[in-house]
Amino acid sequence: MKKIFGRPRSMTDKPFHYCPGCGHGIVHRLIGEVIDELGIQDRTIGVPPVGCAVIMYHYFNIDMTEAAHGRTPAVATGIKRVHPDKVVFTYQGDGDLAAIGTGEIIHAANRGERITTIFVNNTVYGMTGGQMAPTTLLSQKTTTTPLGRDARLIGYPIKISEMLAITDGSIYIERVAVNKPANIIKAKKAIKKAFQVQLEDKGFSMVEVLSQCPVNLAMTPQKAAEWIDNTLIKTYPLGVIKDKSG
Amino acid sequence: MTEKVLMSGNGAVGEAAIQAGCRHYFGYPITPQNELTAYMAERLGELGGVFIQSESELAAINMVFGASAAGARAMTSSSSPGISLKQEGISYIAGAELPCVIVNVMRAGPGLGDITPSQADYFQAVKGGGHGDYRLITIGPASVQELYDWTARAFYLADKYRNPVMILGDGFLGQMMEPLEIRKIKELKLPPKTWALTGAKGRRANIIRTLMLKVGELEEHNKKIQNKYRRIEKELVEYEAVLTDDAEIILVAYGMCARICKESVFLLRKEGIKAGLIRPITLWPYPSAIIRKISNNVRYVLTVEMSAGQMVEDVKLAVLGRCPVYFYGRMGGGVPTSEEIVNRIKELEVQRHKGTKKKE
Ligand SMILES: Cc1ncc(C[n+]2csc(CCOP(=O)(O)OP(=O)(O)O)c2C)c(N)n1
Ligand code: SF4
Repeated sequence: MKKIFGRPRSMTDKPFHYCPGCGHGIVHRLIGEVIDELGIQDRTIGVPPVGCAVIMYHYFNIDMTEAAHGRTPAVATGIKRVHPDKVVFTYQGDGDLAAIGTGEIIHAANRGERITTIFVNNTVYGMTGGQMAPTTLLSQKTTTTPLGRDARLIGYPIKISEMLAITDGSIYIERVAVNKPANIIKAKKAIKKAFQVQLEDKGFSMVEVLSQCPVNLAMTPQKAAEWIDNTLIKTYPLGVIKDKSG
Repeated sequence: MTEKVLMSGNGAVGEAAIQAGCRHYFGYPITPQNELTAYMAERLGELGGVFIQSESELAAINMVFGASAAGARAMTSSSSPGISLKQEGISYIAGAELPCVIVNVMRAGPGLGDITPSQADYFQAVKGGGHGDYRLITIGPASVQELYDWTARAFYLADKYRNPVMILGDGFLGQMMEPLEIRKIKELKLPPKTWALTGAKGRRANIIRTLMLKVGELEEHNKKIQNKYRRIEKELVEYEAVLTDDAEIILVAYGMCARICKESVFLLRKEGIKAGLIRPITLWPYPSAIIRKISNNVRYVLTVEMSAGQMVEDVKLAVLGRCPVYFYGRMGGGVPTSEEIVNRIKELEVQRHKGTKKKE
């Protein structure tokens, strides 16, 4: 019998710890598939974030190191500068990348650091229990914006991909979503392209993934997926934001 | 063959790092250590190494984390306010047992303070500074030559113990020029870094982490690193003793302060006062045993620092009441002179003389 579907070789068989309906597991799997397809498992080094994906290294058969909250791009920079021939990627949430680690990501992008960042934007701090993130939508309720985010008090949802796109060191930036099969297929293409940009030694590449956190959005997994289509993409439109790889 | 040159302390640290095989430097400018950053930029440029002027000290220390995790000899340097920012990364590096060398050319604080020399980061260096139970191997050199020799050795010690090593200098030492012998560096063989991240080719994946969630796992990890610290305390203590054999009074000081104290010892001896000096070279592990031993035979100890009194606590712990421990310090960039120290001793002599009389 011919096997037509299975777990990526670059991943372990440990069951994910994520909540039902969470997007992290889907994004992990896409990364695993891309690593397999590019044949780079034995030369890829990953840097997970602090956040719900903090123990992501349990799920991959690749070298990985932890980083302090938000410092992921700096740690990845150190690794890549020692091993320019290896493929180095970071995986960061919106708290990790868009709040505490804004400085590190902007400067890694601007240096044209040959790393790939997978930026999972679920608009909340998942791990610490659903506080506001810089990416939280206006009026969105979180534990620290109980009445909904008020721009006059705490500003506006931050558009990191657009911000990073204006740095000359960034080569490829795309925003995708993992809320339905058609989007997941596009997300995988984008992740693969981002790794290829690194393999071609062109500069910084990033994929922003709109992802569902049903628990902290207080929605069923299905409603959370629909919310991305109906609400989230109005603030964060999907598509290629920058592509200078050609 | 050794080469003799005239060099600043900061330059000596840089050249020692290069000679020790450090090809990855990450730093952010701050006075009074800027000559070191510039030196690394120039030398690593010539040698095809990696120099990054990072966007902040936070980024610099985390780049060191990455480079060290990837198996390289990596270094960063800064001065007091910058070292405060590096504390987060230092705690992670210590927790992950990654080797690296961190240079602190201390300046006066607290806060922005100014750019004059100081020793007020002693607590931060030897007691932790970042969160959690960890130790840095901390070295307090007292000359340009020592900065060179100890920086070179620091890379070896860092690899040997898989622990960050801090070179604790000050603005005085960093910027002064002295003759320096560029010595060939000899090292004992070290085991290969099988734990490093190099891509999991032909082996199982390597994971570097400090997060340990399984019940008891983190306590075991802490026990393991504490055992390592006990081993370092047994194997590494170094100090210099000056005229201690017949001494009745002992000065304890490190770094530049110790050089000034040495002069005071000679001045006191000329006046018939039997003074001696203990100069801790390793500040952690601390030479408590020798200070303890000596405190049995002397009338008192005077600790001298460019701070409000930090190392004096370790001296008191070593002495444990066997004899009185006095302190003389200057703060905020003030540098004690050998005459000030001599006068302090004379004051103490008079006071103690009166004290004994009263009792009679
Ligand atoms: C220095 C520091 N500050 C705060 C925290 C606590 N913390 C852990 S995860 C997290 C937020 C994570 O949110 P995000 O990056 O959006 O990832 P998610 O959990 O949603 O996947 C915070 C604030 C920490 N670990 N370290
Ligand atoms: S809290 Fe949210 S982001 Fe975290 S695992 Fe659960 S659903 Fe996923």
